[in-house]
Amino acid sequence: MAMELALHVVVLLTTPLLLLGVIQKTKAWFAGRSGPPLLQPYFDFWKLLHKGAVYSRTTTWLFRAGPIVGVATALCAGLVLPLIGARSPLGFSGDIILFAYLLGLGRFFAMSAALDTGSSFEGMGASREAAFSAFAEPALLLCLAILCVPARSVGFADAFAALRSAPPGFSHPTYLAAALGLFAVLLAENSRIPVDDPNTHLELTMIHEVMVLDHGGPDLAFVLYGSAMKLFVVGALLVHVILPPPLEGGWEGAGVLVGGQLGLAIGVGCVESMMARLRLPRVPQFLVGASVLAGVGLAALLYRGTA
Amino acid sequence: MTGYADFILLVVVVLDLYVVATSRLASCVHASAFQGVALALLSVALWAPSYKGGVDGHLLHLAFLSIGTLLVKALVIPQLVLRAIREANVRREVEPFVSLHLSVLIAAVLVGISFWLSSVLVLPIPAPTTLLVPVAFATVLVGFLVLVSRKKAVTQVVGYLMVENGIFIFGQTLVQRIPFAVELGILLDLLVGVFVMGIAIHHISRAFDHIDTELLSALKD
Repeated sequence: MAMELALHVVVLLTTPLLLLGVIQKTKAWFAGRSGPPLLQPYFDFWKLLHKGAVYSRTTTWLFRAGPIVGVATALCAGLVLPLIGARSPLGFSGDIILFAYLLGLGRFFAMSAALDTGSSFEGMGASREAAFSAFAEPALLLCLAILCVPARSVGFADAFAALRSAPPGFSHPTYLAAALGLFAVLLAENSRIPVDDPNTHLELTMIHEVMVLDHGGPDLAFVLYGSAMKLFVVGALLVHVILPPPLEGGWEGAGVLVGGQLGLAIGVGCVESMMARLRLPRVPQFLVGASVLAGVGLAALLYRGTA
Repeated sequence: MTGYADFILLVVVVLDLYVVATSRLASCVHASAFQGVALALLSVALWAPSYKGGVDGHLLHLAFLSIGTLLVKALVIPQLVLRAIREANVRREVEPFVSLHLSVLIAAVLVGISFWLSSVLVLPIPAPTTLLVPVAFATVLVGFLVLVSRKKAVTQVVGYLMVENGIFIFGQTLVQRIPFAVELGILLDLLVGVFVMGIAIHHISRAFDHIDTELLSALKD
């Protein structure tokens, strides 16, 4: 058990940046380029850690707290979510609710740090992030509710236990609705296409990138690491809805998780290569669609339960 | 083994919502074609668990019904409607009376209502799978929404098709009892209806240079 929890922490700390590399490699493959090396995000992270940081005189402690809180919330969310086995280091009954709020807290601090700079561009990015996350949150909560209802519990351990005992695949179509909804949330939460374009360098079109324009050096490294970890955590949730973690975790569980995550990263890369970013007014519609899908799944689940 | 049927029914609801959410006319028509494919598969999925081998009247009935649905709803009608779009030179976007966001939310409310409705409704024969009746209601209601909330005649054809799809799903509860001829008659009626609508669209567009039905209500002698 101790070995399993240690493995959980090691996987959580080391693999997130790899996902960014896989996404970039997939996009490069689609474009016919050779692309940056798979480990480029690690090199970037290392390089940024060795740089100095410059802070504007208008900023306060909020600006410096933003990246650190971002990493801390993503890390805590990763510690309550069972990654490779039936249990997680910090899991308790009710951790699903904490998970949703941790993601919200990280976002709140990212937006506060952006507003703290006093730059109009960053304020604009923060307001967009606030608007879109207001649409993404119901979708996330409805997807989590789909997990909770069959288990009659708001703990990840119980939810995944119910998932493990349920026959997989088509016989539980509501889980597929939850998986699709979570995929839309994953794209929105981690500012990927079609909601946001992580590669754009026009302040007018981007959301997440514009919020972190003033961060430099180690702060930027933490922003990069925090967002990669958030991608990893939400991705792990999605992978586990499709492939519940095995009861006896260990290497098998780690294999399921990392394999699923790499597949998911390739999927995200494919989506990014094949779709254009949605126009800003269309983004809420995309997210409302995801919420409605999850809501229909939940209604079907509840109805099946009563009938 | 109702899992596959439930999965197909969920796909049908998602397609309902997609028709409401999309802004392109052609995607509306494609979605209704996919719904036709889903319906053809649905009758197979509902029947497969009770299959005991051998060829009997029921198997033939089902084969005709499934293949007929596939041909008419997934191939012939969408082709007709797409041709009507091409020939009438309409703008390729739906023009809703209510905004797309609001339509999706209304559709979601309608789906909720249909789940509530089927939980209070008592059927004389139990439905083959619990999701069947709510999805049938949802498809009919969303079809009505598409009928009343869109300006273009083409989207009204799509709405009409969705209403019919809902009735078809509801008919699956009685598939053992409805005579074959009745189902064939419904399919034929539908095809003729779409023909007539296609011709009407063509004439409207010839006479007025567009197929915006809003202006028809302002006609005078």
